[in-house]
Amino acid sequence: MEVSNDKEYIYSSTELDCDEGRIIEEVKAGSRESIPDPDAWLDEDLRRNIILTSVDWVLDWARRSSLWTAICYPACCGMEWMATLSPRFDASRFGMEIMRASPRQADLMITAGTLTWKMAPNVRRIYHQMPEPKWVIAMGACGISGGIFRSSYNVVPGYNKIIPVDVYVPGCPPRPEALIYGIQMLQKKINKAKAVPDLSELPNPLKKGKKV
Amino acid sequence: MIVALPAKEIISQLSDKFPGVIEEAGQDSVLVKSDSLPAVAEHLKTAAGFKFDYLNYITAVDYYQYFEVVYQMTSLEHNHSAILKVRCHTRDNPTVPSLIGIYQGADFQEREIYDLMGITFEGHPNLKRIFLWEGFDGHPLRKDWNQ
Repeated sequence: MEVSNDKEYIYSSTELDCDEGRIIEEVKAGSRESIPDPDAWLDEDLRRNIILTSVDWVLDWARRSSLWTAICYPACCGMEWMATLSPRFDASRFGMEIMRASPRQADLMITAGTLTWKMAPNVRRIYHQMPEPKWVIAMGACGISGGIFRSSYNVVPGYNKIIPVDVYVPGCPPRPEALIYGIQMLQKKINKAKAVPDLSELPNPLKKGKKV
Repeated sequence: MIVALPAKEIISQLSDKFPGVIEEAGQDSVLVKSDSLPAVAEHLKTAAGFKFDYLNYITAVDYYQYFEVVYQMTSLEHNHSAILKVRCHTRDNPTVPSLIGIYQGADFQEREIYDLMGITFEGHPNLKRIFLWEGFDGHPLRKDWNQ
């Protein structure tokens, strides 16, 4: 039987598919090791000798009190996050309810759900599009480790293979209370951040001798 | 309610028009020879007693000795449904004729089977991977596929 080719325009070009495949293979090859969690600065306190307490306090207060979330929900944990936003659990009590469709306006990424390798380059791009400072919460078993799909051929075994993760919220899916608790943990973590750079590492003109 | 049309009825009408294409018949399913599949499907879609105008799904099963491709179609006019099956006995390059000229909806499902099971649909205008990416090694739903 003859098959008409007049609807060829509805098909994507093979060239684009090959490009996509190449990018996915690159991401996959570069994600063998987990990215360490970005919390080395948590025990910086003792090392620092110049402390700008008030400035840090104000900046940390401002940052932790208005977490703007980028919309990045690949799977079913997104439903729990929607429930978290809704009046019953009401995340806006804690200043966490604002959602942004553009990652350029967001500073928090809640990775709600299973991530496939085909989606991984896009999620990493969303992460890179977010301005600093930015934080990531891995929500649910799949976000932490790949969950029940861990050994599958197409699932990323944990978001920390492609982006650094600050807080892990376990559950399948986590209850809204757990998610709110996770965001509160993140707020506590942000509270410890030193927004002003470590001045002791800058060259000191008053000190004689060799520059470090 | 949609009821399955007994295979006996389908066979009794098909065997007159297409002698020798039916290999085997279950209670509700008919196994036909793979090269006569488009003609049989066309007949089932257009013949007055059948009118199977809606393709529910296409799927494929790996039985080690052979692959089986399963088609279910429904007649929205007569409210009955039927299951067609074809087999291909080779593992290297199993081939089944495409039904895209008869059912438009076969397009993505045939691509899915090609992607995950590695069955080539002859005559498909755009047979390439749909879920996995270009460059993926092998077809993961085959029983002998390993990561």
